[in-house]
Amino acid sequence: MTPVLEARNLVRDYQIPGSLLKRGRTVHAVKGVSFAVDQGKTLAIVGESGCGKSTLARIVTMIDPATSGEMLIDGEKVDIARDGLTSEMRRKVQIVFQNPYGTLNPRKKIGDILSEPLIINTRMKADERRDKAMAMLKKVGLEEKHYGRYPHMFSGGQRQRVAIARALMLNPRLLVLDEPVSALDLSVQAQVLNLLADLQDEFQLTYVFISHDLSVVRYIADDVMVMYYGEAVEYGSREDVFSDPKHSYTKTLFAATPRADVDSIKERLARKAA
Amino acid sequence: MAVVELKTISPPTGLAEFWFYFSRNKGAVIGLAAFLIILLLAVFAMFAAPHSPSIQNREVLLLPPAWVEGGRFTYFLGTDAVGRDILSRLIYGARFSLFIGVVVVSLSVVSGVLVGLIAGYFRGRTDTIIMRVMDIILAFPSLLLALVLVAVLGPGLLNAMIAISLVNLPHFVRLTRAAVMTERTKDYVIASKVAGAGTLRLMFLTILPNCLAPLIVQATLAFSAAILDAAALGFLGMGAQPPTPEWGTMLAEAREFIQRAWWVVTFPGLAILITVLAINLMGDGLRDALDPKLKRS
Amino acid sequence: MSLLEVENLVVEFQTASGPFRAVNGVSLKVNEGEVLAIVGESGSGKSVSMLAAMGLLPWTAKVTADKLQFNGIDLLGMSPSERRRIVGKDIAMIFQEPIASLNPCFTVGFQIEEVLRLHLGLDKAARRARAIELFELVGIPNAAERLSHYPHQMSGGQCQRVMIAIALSCNPKLLIADEPTTALDVTIQKQILDLLMRLQAEHGMGMIIITHNMGVVAETADRVIVQYKGRKIEEADVLSLFESPKSTYTRALLSALPDNATGDRLPTIAEFLSDDQIFAGAVR
Repeated sequence: MTPVLEARNLVRDYQIPGSLLKRGRTVHAVKGVSFAVDQGKTLAIVGESGCGKSTLARIVTMIDPATSGEMLIDGEKVDIARDGLTSEMRRKVQIVFQNPYGTLNPRKKIGDILSEPLIINTRMKADERRDKAMAMLKKVGLEEKHYGRYPHMFSGGQRQRVAIARALMLNPRLLVLDEPVSALDLSVQAQVLNLLADLQDEFQLTYVFISHDLSVVRYIADDVMVMYYGEAVEYGSREDVFSDPKHSYTKTLFAATPRADVDSIKERLARKAA
Repeated sequence: MAVVELKTISPPTGLAEFWFYFSRNKGAVIGLAAFLIILLLAVFAMFAAPHSPSIQNREVLLLPPAWVEGGRFTYFLGTDAVGRDILSRLIYGARFSLFIGVVVVSLSVVSGVLVGLIAGYFRGRTDTIIMRVMDIILAFPSLLLALVLVAVLGPGLLNAMIAISLVNLPHFVRLTRAAVMTERTKDYVIASKVAGAGTLRLMFLTILPNCLAPLIVQATLAFSAAILDAAALGFLGMGAQPPTPEWGTMLAEAREFIQRAWWVVTFPGLAILITVLAINLMGDGLRDALDPKLKRS
Repeated sequence: MSLLEVENLVVEFQTASGPFRAVNGVSLKVNEGEVLAIVGESGSGKSVSMLAAMGLLPWTAKVTADKLQFNGIDLLGMSPSERRRIVGKDIAMIFQEPIASLNPCFTVGFQIEEVLRLHLGLDKAARRARAIELFELVGIPNAAERLSHYPHQMSGGQCQRVMIAIALSCNPKLLIADEPTTALDVTIQKQILDLLMRLQAEHGMGMIIITHNMGVVAETADRVIVQYKGRKIEEADVLSLFESPKSTYTRALLSALPDNATGDRLPTIAEFLSDDQIFAGAVR
């Protein structure tokens, strides 16, 4: 089976233009990263701010081109810098962003937000679009009455549901989830994670899940890639990475994650009493 | 933080919220009322004005206002040097002033927003060239530039309006560009791009509607500036030409009678003052209500 | 003796859609040398109640309480200027956004020395010496050199260290940390939490940590208050809260942690709890 997404040695450099006093320099945001994701699987990309994970997300979503390296979607090579992007390719990858308050156009009704991808990419009639948007709204756990409302009337979790619905309107193969739950409350986070799991089962979706939260990653991922300063320092199945981290940075990351279980609390209290 | 959360709990409708903030500002409400009165007078000038603005009554040259000795109630604010009723001329003059405001603001908003949108969206060299041209326009004293333009185009109300629009243009360009630059990198714009939206769609349908609030405020303030500039051009003989009852032109005609008949200069001046003040107060209220950065809660 | 004592605190905001009650009858106590965590989701009023106690809310807020005492002194009856003398000196606060909490126009050294001048009235040399000492205390390397840096030249973690140094500059008796690590990376969060706990133990301060993160609670708190929609739902010491939560809401909150996931789905709160059920178990 060809993987839905395959990346070979992706590199992304940024030129920082010089000024009178400083010389221009090149920042290597992503330094040769390779990975592959099969259909219906979830690859989690973990790292802290500045590790290049969001740059990678933009490359995979075909917003920015890679400086070098190859990216294949469904076995087909994509190079937006040279060939541009066909509408068909565009539809295959969609994205959900972190901040639920910036992700929806505040001047548009939910219905219009959901229909926009269809207006741009298909020749569907207005009532067809409406039906499809309604169906998707229900699929992500919202109701028909929400169709005519504006984003400011929704909570963060509901907005994130709308953002997911919008991303699914074009039946994409691959969904890039850029920290989709890190701005949400714990209980809402659980709902959205459940929703993502349900949708993955139903549509055989492939996820690239970008996160800094290891507990979420451990819950949702099949494969895990840990990034550190633009490099993939660890890449393997969830079980391998979590049970036997190889790289010292991965170990630091695991050690730093706060543990919310009774044993570690007991241990801490004992240390404190001593 | 917590203060933001409150708004999401039971969101009031947009209009109700707008009025809540707008009505907090007493000055703005007074300004709105004054503006509405002026607007009504201008629209129904033929019913509101006691006389025709251009008929000269040779028997009552420079008649003082009604409450001054020698005044008549039929000519409530007195008459000018050729016996025309000042009140009627002021009421008809309101039409010109509002007309100037509307035309100037629409011209400069449409062109300014377009240019600003292009500069803010494409950035790079386009942006640099546009902004340097705007800087050059801003470097001239506005009235001087308008005067030069009218001198080139020839005096007259229409040319004066074009000149004032051009002078107002940079403010709209700068404002639009700044707003577009902040909106351009927001997630919803990128999401729209990922959904396949083209440049024009992104510019006009996605970004532009989110930049309107500061533009509305600037448009109100430009409205009053336009009235003021048009009056100044009229006063200098470069705007509306006599016998048009335009307020600035009326002032210019009355210049030589300042010593003998104070009312010929005072009332057109007052009319300009009240209108400009009313609109500016209203603009302040609009800013309070529309600009979320200044919103108190 | 308890440092901060709050009884039946109510905070109301005037909004376009009428009054809104952000905090509804919360009571709490913090003792010397104790770490209290206030945990809740957004809208639970956890930050507002602390801001109210410190008198830092805008004019639209109406604050009432049966009792609001710090170290035996009544805070409610105080004039704003008297209150300011206590807030910032005996009670210090650090916030979520470390970079936004510092004034970008001044060097961090100037900002910490200003606090020392205002509250302690030290002379120039003493202020500088104390500032360097504080920077070393919070683990900022090259402290003397760092004093002349501006906030934008430092990382988020470094800025939070500066904020902690400023908060500690007057040896406060109580430190309130409002989501101190939410904006930081996990490895930096660990460092900052360790630092806070070390300083708390060394100085014997009382400390209130406001957070939404159960992991942070587990790593820091002695005692925990769970809030929901402006009300206190549960109060317990940290071990018993995690071991045997009394209220259904806390149980639901804990089971929503991906760490505790059993099987494919995470249990969620809305699915089996209504507001009434949550409030039914509420304590005062």
